Amino acid sequence: MNSYAAVMARRSEIMRAAVGIDYDRFETGQIGFHYQEMMAQIGYEPAAVEQIQDELGVGKTPLRELANVTELVRQLAPAGKGARILLKDEALNPSGSFKARRAAVSVYHAQQNGYPGVISATSGNYGAAVAAMAARCRLPCIVVQEVFDSRGVGQPEIIEKSRRCEAYGAEVIQLTVGPELFYVFLLLLEETGFFNASLYTPFAIAGIETLGMEIAREVQARYHRQPDMVVVTHAGGGNVTGTARGLRRCGCQGTQVVGVSVDLRGLHMASDRDFNRKSFTTGHTGFGVPFATWPDRTDVPRNAARPLRYLQHYVTVTQGEVFYATEMLAQLEGLERGPAGNTALAAAVVLAQELDRDQILVVQETEYTGAGKHPTAQLAFARQNGVQVRSGDPRTSVPGASIIIPSQPELLGIKEVELGQLRRSYLRKATQGRSRIDRSDLEFLAAEVGLGEEETREILHGLGVTAQ
Amino acid sequence: MLEAGSWVELYRVVLPAGERAAQVPVDTATLPLEMRVRGHLLAAAGMGAQARVRTASGRVVQGRLLGLAEPYRHGFGPPVPELLAIGPDLRARLGWGRPESE
Repeated sequence: MNSYAAVMARRSEIMRAAVGIDYDRFETGQIGFHYQEMMAQIGYEPAAVEQIQDELGVGKTPLRELANVTELVRQLAPAGKGARILLKDEALNPSGSFKARRAAVSVYHAQQNGYPGVISATSGNYGAAVAAMAARCRLPCIVVQEVFDSRGVGQPEIIEKSRRCEAYGAEVIQLTVGPELFYVFLLLLEETGFFNASLYTPFAIAGIETLGMEIAREVQARYHRQPDMVVVTHAGGGNVTGTARGLRRCGCQGTQVVGVSVDLRGLHMASDRDFNRKSFTTGHTGFGVPFATWPDRTDVPRNAARPLRYLQHYVTVTQGEVFYATEMLAQLEGLERGPAGNTALAAAVVLAQELDRDQILVVQETEYTGAGKHPTAQLAFARQNGVQVRSGDPRTSVPGASIIIPSQPELLGIKEVELGQLRRSYLRKATQGRSRIDRSDLEFLAAEVGLGEEETREILHGLGVTAQ
Repeated sequence: MLEAGSWVELYRVVLPAGERAAQVPVDTATLPLEMRVRGHLLAAAGMGAQARVRTASGRVVQGRLLGLAEPYRHGFGPPVPELLAIGPDLRARLGWGRPESE
């Protein structure tokens, strides 16, 4: 039987075969699991990851100093403020984004373990990354994408991602809106026996650690100090998790890791109507918030991306501000890059104004641009779909109704997302239906939310849960 | 009628309205989950007929024949005045360029 319910009921066994990881052996207590042990035993060691990525031509991207943007920031900032801004130009990876790092390790692993092909379920840059690495590793590839609304209309950005996957020789399954993409994905895994090149396995996250390591090493070599802040676009949590782990591996314990998402609150991610009223298909709060508060909602039993462990701050920016930052990067630095990858850059312009001049802020990614994945294409599409586009104060924009391009750089802003609320929300979900938890679960939960055991115990107490 | 070997697009309803996941919002729940996939047509078939293709990954898939695969028409769109204003403003702030002349 292949009804939705029947296929979902088989998901665990399908997944076990398709990723080849026995997640059960890391389970502990009632709630927790041994996260660090899972990462150490299942992932690849950094040296092995670097070797795989070297072989596949991934990583070692330029870390560019944005001299003109830094000068602008110093004009906007109070006297003595305005950190030096560096940009890790990840668009120069094969397939055009940092996702190549994740895909390299996953596809290599699939090849080494004799899987006959790879599948990925994503409408983001990861599809092209898996397709490109599959081509390099001589494996067939299927990418399942959410592309159209019920009128058959697709956003130019996603259409471009379909095209890119096909260009690398992948089969692209294009679907209308809905979370049942996962159901199609499961059926395909069952039918083909291909490897699930999930974004959330230890392989995929190990692939991003090199990004953090490269930043740490290069900043220390060039400026003789650790990066003071690394600003990361946050969606599913892998980018934050992998980058932070890489920084820590290189001794950057004091570097602040700040996550940034595009604010799309109010839009329903599974709504056919809302689908084409947003201009960003990833890097937004529709992923960023739920994945922070419940990482295991994903396509593997235990998600290796656990952002609350690593985030020191989480802020949002508006769609208009990201388009502004994209134009700024092209006009001031001669770097034309895709808008979604500039989410962190938009926030960095504001965050750098709070840091001292001798401090260093790193924006850790860019993504490729081209037809469809471009501000003019995306804003024209927004207008066609009834979204008002105008110049003004971006704080007055309403996701799905208006995109407001800042009329001056002073109007760029960030909105802090209360990490305390996300932590509480995480802890509420993790302890649902329980009034007592044991010692090992407390230890796990404290690590999960990035707090001490006493603070965690107090929050749990407020939720009616006693920790022993 | 399209010849065998043509690069075509197939259509299928994956889940009809009413059989969709419980958590989808109302506007989505009233619609079917639809799929399109491209491949080489295995045997000559007419538009709208059930047909089989071999996809890029080597699978054989059956569905309703929509026709030859649609060309990609996405582009860069028209210039956006709100964006055009950004460069000159920022450059002027940094003291670049020359004063405007008549």
